[in-house]
Amino acid sequence: MPGELAGLYSEIILDHYRSGHGRGLRHPYDAESHQVNPLCGDEITLRVTLAGGDRVADVSYDARGCSISQASASMLYDLVVGADLPLVRSRLAAVRAMLLAGPAGSEPDEDLLDDAVALEGVAQFPARVKCALLPWAAFTDAMTRAGVPVRTDESE
Amino acid sequence: MSTVPAAPAPPAATLDVAAVRAAVPVLARTLRGDRPLVYLDSAATSQKPLPVLDAEREFYAAHNAAVHRGAHQLAEEATTAYEGARARVASFVGGRHGELVFTRNATEAINLLAYSLGNASLDSDVDPRLRLGPGDEVCVTEMEHHANLVPWQELCRRTGATLRWLRVTPQGTLDLSDLPEVVGPRTKVLSFVHQSNVVGTVNPVDVLRERAREVGALVFLDACQSVPHRPVDVVDLGVDAVAFSGHKMLGPTGVGALWARRDLLEALPPFITGGSMIETVTMEWSTYAPPPLRFEAGTPVIAQAVGLAAACDYLTGLGMQAVEAHVAGLTALALEGLAELPGVRVLGEAAERGPLVAFEVEGIHPHDLAQVLDAEGVAVRSGHHCAWPLHRVLGVQASTRASFAVYNDASDVEALLRAVHTAQRFFGVG
Repeated sequence: MPGELAGLYSEIILDHYRSGHGRGLRHPYDAESHQVNPLCGDEITLRVTLAGGDRVADVSYDARGCSISQASASMLYDLVVGADLPLVRSRLAAVRAMLLAGPAGSEPDEDLLDDAVALEGVAQFPARVKCALLPWAAFTDAMTRAGVPVRTDESE
Repeated sequence: MSTVPAAPAPPAATLDVAAVRAAVPVLARTLRGDRPLVYLDSAATSQKPLPVLDAEREFYAAHNAAVHRGAHQLAEEATTAYEGARARVASFVGGRHGELVFTRNATEAINLLAYSLGNASLDSDVDPRLRLGPGDEVCVTEMEHHANLVPWQELCRRTGATLRWLRVTPQGTLDLSDLPEVVGPRTKVLSFVHQSNVVGTVNPVDVLRERAREVGALVFLDACQSVPHRPVDVVDLGVDAVAFSGHKMLGPTGVGALWARRDLLEALPPFITGGSMIETVTMEWSTYAPPPLRFEAGTPVIAQAVGLAAACDYLTGLGMQAVEAHVAGLTALALEGLAELPGVRVLGEAAERGPLVAFEVEGIHPHDLAQVLDAEGVAVRSGHHCAWPLHRVLGVQASTRASFAVYNDASDVEALLRAVHTAQRFFGVG
């Protein structure tokens, strides 16, 4: 296997792809979002459940897509479920900054992003950035629909 | 004049693929380390041989000017080159100079038809056969590229006509059992793909055209995938209009073509309006030039048309029968090899198919498969290939497609098969 692929398909990503933390759609929920990547037809339906209006109690999802988008959804679950809104906002911002860093790359904060730092290599593959962002776009949209916007950066 | 070369050399009996490869500079590239490029995405866009690149460069270097205006020598040369290109491209598909409109791409060629019919629908002076309204129907198929579906959805939305479609069987062929019902007295337009860009199926033009003729409908053909790889003759096809793309047939991007029957072009109102397509202009009204200029508003795609004509000459020099036989051989080789790989399912089982193979590999998403193939130097397409409804019919979310062109050889097919096997090992499914 050529070396450059190891930066994309790390064991952490393949593990999340295979195990898919938090998979499945659950009730009850506060808001739902359906997102599609029109380039490849990948789809995700994602639900958020809030606790007390300031904490994410659950994220449940049904995703059809490549290993990168599936692993990203699994990591999202780990990063936001149980987290309060300030932490959710900083993690979302850090994930977006890491994925949108371009070929120059970035130095993601492992304490903040945990396993999701494995997505850093995706920034080197522009065609795959949208795959990794798809679950986060669904989460952002669902949170807005639930009345608690979490996106802090407005540029794409 | 140098941009209008003499008649192409008589075609060789068999294809000298080594000579063709030597004429396509990008094939000498290595990428992703030192891997030689194995380009299997020609159904998306083809690579360009030197005669095409040279023709465009030569036009800009020696003859560049706006066409159809200006009395200076360069303008005359540019006009001669452009109109000469029109004649050569028309002749390549068996048509005549006055029947060929240059467009930006095949999508625009189909939109030209759809919008001109939409404009005709607003004009009571136009032949009623070209006017659509509530109660009329436009028929396509589930096999269409979005380019031959969305413009018709939009035309129906604007005119109140109804969109109908022929279904596709699980084998990836048209279900013709519905034909007498779906194409009926209400049908004004039947537009369908000559060769599918996903399942490769070559559709039975004669059968569909005959039914359309019985009910008096116009017949349009999306020939983007057939014109590059097989002899296509618009007179033999007997349809009313044929759209094709320059960049899929060794030509430049930015140029496509619409061939249409002269009487249809003469009856259709313009789509895009402005300079170059007029006859008389006053502040209140304008009259329009005869076709094909009526459909080429603004400064046209001059250098690209010259490049496309060079591509037609190049293909004619190779001989389209030799081209067809060559790519058919590669397709058969790929189908045979993929059938031997466990967990691989090819989409479509048509007996007559063009030079592409879309497939699924069990346990590997097409995006991931294409990524591993890319790391091996093998360029393929993954996704729904702008044919989302067809993928739904076949019950797959997305697929991986390898497509062949005149410059591919058996070693490219072997590289594909090896890379698929590598991907299966990488993801632990092979």
